Amino acid sequence: MNPANYLYLSAILFSLGAVGVLVRRNAIVMFMCVELMLNACNLAFVSFARINGNLDGQVIAFFVMVVAAAEVVVGLAIIMTIFRTRRSASVDEANLLKY
Amino acid sequence: MSVLLATIEQSGSTGEQIVFWVCAAIAVVGAVGMLISRRAVHSALFIAATMIALAVLYVSQGAPFLGMAQIVVYTGAVMMLFLFVLMLVGVDSTESLVETLKGQRIAGLALALGFAVLLFAAIGNVSYNFAVGIDGANAADGGNVQGIAHLIFDRYLLAFEVTSALLITAALGAMVLAHRERHTPRKSQREQSEDRVRSGEPQNLPGPGVYALHNAVGTPGLLPDGQPTDRSVPEPLRGVSAAVGVDHEDTRRVNALAAGGAIIPGKAEDES
Amino acid sequence: MSPFSGALAPAAGEISANVAHGTFTQMWLLIALPLAGAAILLLLGRRTNTWGHWVGVLMSAGSFAIAVSIFLAMRQESGGNRAFTQHLFQWISVGSFQVPFDLRIDQLSMVFVLLITGVGTLIHIYSVGYMSHDHERRRFFGYLNLFVAAMLLLVLADNYLLLYVGWEGVGLASYLLIGFWFYKETAAVAAKKAFVVNRVGDVGLSIAVMLMFVTFGSVTFEGVLGSAPKASQTSLTLIGLALLLAACGKSAQFPLQSWLLDAMEGPTPVSALIHAATMVTAGVYLIARSNAIFNAAPTAQTAVIVIGAITLIMGAIIGCAKDDIKKALAGSTMSQIGYMVLAAGLGPIGYVFAIFHLLTHGFFKATMFLGAGSVMHGMNDQVNMRRFGALRTVMVLTTITFFAGYLAILGIPPFAGFYSKDKIIESAFAHSTLVGLVTLVGAAITAFYMTRLVAMTFLGRARWPDDAHPHESPAMMMVPVSILAVLSAVSGFLLIHDNWIVNWLEPVVGFEEPVLGFNVNILQYGTLALVLVSAALGYVLYARRPVPEVAPVGSFLTQAARADLYGDEVNEAVFMRPGQYLTRLLVWFDNRVVDGAVNGTAALIGGLSGRARRTQNGFARSYALTMLGGAALVIAALVLVRL
Repeated sequence: MNPANYLYLSAILFSLGAVGVLVRRNAIVMFMCVELMLNACNLAFVSFARINGNLDGQVIAFFVMVVAAAEVVVGLAIIMTIFRTRRSASVDEANLLKY
Repeated sequence: MSVLLATIEQSGSTGEQIVFWVCAAIAVVGAVGMLISRRAVHSALFIAATMIALAVLYVSQGAPFLGMAQIVVYTGAVMMLFLFVLMLVGVDSTESLVETLKGQRIAGLALALGFAVLLFAAIGNVSYNFAVGIDGANAADGGNVQGIAHLIFDRYLLAFEVTSALLITAALGAMVLAHRERHTPRKSQREQSEDRVRSGEPQNLPGPGVYALHNAVGTPGLLPDGQPTDRSVPEPLRGVSAAVGVDHEDTRRVNALAAGGAIIPGKAEDES
Repeated sequence: MSPFSGALAPAAGEISANVAHGTFTQMWLLIALPLAGAAILLLLGRRTNTWGHWVGVLMSAGSFAIAVSIFLAMRQESGGNRAFTQHLFQWISVGSFQVPFDLRIDQLSMVFVLLITGVGTLIHIYSVGYMSHDHERRRFFGYLNLFVAAMLLLVLADNYLLLYVGWEGVGLASYLLIGFWFYKETAAVAAKKAFVVNRVGDVGLSIAVMLMFVTFGSVTFEGVLGSAPKASQTSLTLIGLALLLAACGKSAQFPLQSWLLDAMEGPTPVSALIHAATMVTAGVYLIARSNAIFNAAPTAQTAVIVIGAITLIMGAIIGCAKDDIKKALAGSTMSQIGYMVLAAGLGPIGYVFAIFHLLTHGFFKATMFLGAGSVMHGMNDQVNMRRFGALRTVMVLTTITFFAGYLAILGIPPFAGFYSKDKIIESAFAHSTLVGLVTLVGAAITAFYMTRLVAMTFLGRARWPDDAHPHESPAMMMVPVSILAVLSAVSGFLLIHDNWIVNWLEPVVGFEEPVLGFNVNILQYGTLALVLVSAALGYVLYARRPVPEVAPVGSFLTQAARADLYGDEVNEAVFMRPGQYLTRLLVWFDNRVVDGAVNGTAALIGGLSGRARRTQNGFARSYALTMLGGAALVIAALVLVRL
């Protein structure tokens, strides 16, 4: 089993997540896409750990999970706050801060 | 499940290949499904599938701890949080997939594709040492969990401690963000009651199906004078009561009952 | 003329001086008194309106009294021992650049001080009458006192930098006084013109001072003139030419002559004091004072002679054509100063006579200017000579005094001009026949235009305007004029008697006997005959024949002379217009190229920023797109580097 396949999968998932962030307007879905990208990274880390034969990659993936959890909490709270005032979860409507 | 997967892993390269291709397919399909779903709930379900597939892949790559964590933390906690927020925001809200930003979709797709090509080129240009494997590292401390624990509480202790600060900060931040300041004092029970009297409708709204022949939410309640009122019907069903099965015949019979008429039981049973 | 006793005297003047003692220590008062007068009159303002002019007269007279006492004390000293310096304070002390505020009075300064304070006081008195109807008389006297103080500082300075202060001071006073009636546009313009043209000359003086410091490391008279013979020919020539430029500006010499005629817009006493007797002769003083430099720089001397000769003829020609009495006199002044400058350019044979003529000219030209003022006073400020005529009948004293000046400038013995001008002609012939002929021609033209002037003014038929009621001026004006007229008549003889002026000035400016190739008497009689013939011609043309009240078109030469020989036109064509074009070009260059580059850069950056700003459109997804693009670039770079 060529471990590079895991990396290719990781790349595909990461790119799909990126497309989602760029294309979807629902803030919650965008957030999911970000999570997908993080997961793709995690997969890459785990694969690297395997390729290199040590557990550091897995530890990094673990930390990514922790940070992702914290990020989700804050991000969703922000989405909630915005939704509460604007009655909308679309990121395109929160566009007042500009030139 | 972990036992099962561990078996597959041990069964050698072929088993791993099967696991990989199946899980990779699930993960990619889940990702694409998440991308193209109009409803956020569907997206959430799709990504949950992707995450579970990834968890399987973690396990098959000798990272059972991460696989479990993936399922527990991501698929369990994080996705649950997503669903909570979705419910708060409106579970049935659909998103128009018509792009409003000019060229954003094309550019996004093209760029992401280019990015993928770049990554593929980079991955393809590296030579990998297949011989090493993770098993040795896992075995060094007597197991994967032990090994990770060893690293976390030894080499990455400081980072670990810092993540604790991060988590606390995140929790506080979420509370601050979600907290709504109360600008008026909470109304006491007495004040609520007085407000009700002043509103001209001192009684509770009639419950659905009062005097109704069967207990359906679409059946209007009866006022004390015996007149049915659609105010007892949930708002979404009011104008479209026919569509959701408001039984007008039932209503008529209720009216008749209120007028002092008799109920024909057999007929009622037929209709119920 | 009789042989001079000073024939064997050293050619160059002595520059060493004693420290002032006794009476000489009062020399600072010479300047301080009029300066205090100016301060009182100008600073106290209208409070002094009623009595201010008397303060002016008093200060000037006090200065004159001190000048006389110093003169008398100086006569007690021996010939080579009459220069005194007074150290007042250290003015500038920067490294090796040491300039003390020192005054110096010697024989040369002395005659100037006497002329300035003497004629100045007389003109102050005259002005009390002349300006009696002017509301701003107090201010006028303040300026006059300021002028006297500045002029005295000019001649009493012991170094060129201090001289420069006085030089600028008289320029300032001249500006203020020409523009005294500044509400008249012509006066304001004339004042400005005088100021601007004088600046050109002042630049020459400042360059000269700088060159002196570079060459000699000093700007004091002793430091510069004492070591002048040791300096290089080139430096001396350059300094000499720069000094000549300065003299041209202040003394209205070609090519900086154009301001003097316009300066006649000022009150007539100003024309008499500043633009005839004293300030315009400052250039002659400068050259005579710097004799050591010019003696050692023959090229510069030749330039001085040429400038003097040109101006002498130019001024005379202009004087022939002017119908404005003051402008005719101004042309005459130019011409006479041309004589002095020419004489000063002749070297040791001419310095003394330049100063001599300067003194007599100061008397007779002041007489005539004040006489002209008297005429104007009686004719409602009319200056057009074609509307005068026959004034001898109503202004007897004015006519008599004016004729004293007239005969003096013509050089009729025994009037003053005869002695001084003849000496210059003699020296000019001793230098070269060509220069001599120029002076001779100048004398002939002078006789013609002066005769024309007096004939049109005092002789012939009356052509007065209907509202004119000519009358003799009050005694307040006529007494000073009379004194000056007497001086015009006798000063020449008194000064040259026993070679007094030669012996007096010789220690300072040096003297050499002019040696003629022929009998001096022939020259004298010839000159006299020429002058008489010329004067007779003028008499016939302007006294016997009727003078038209409106000027005839005249020949080309007349038209040119009326237009000041196109001095303004030349200045405009040569300096003003190219300067304007240059200025416009520079403005254009500044606006388009310099500002264009700056503004263009700013606009470019502003425009680019405006465009770049648009990318900040508020849509988080656009930012995400950019981020992904950046990430792709980073990856691409990494891949490319690794490949």
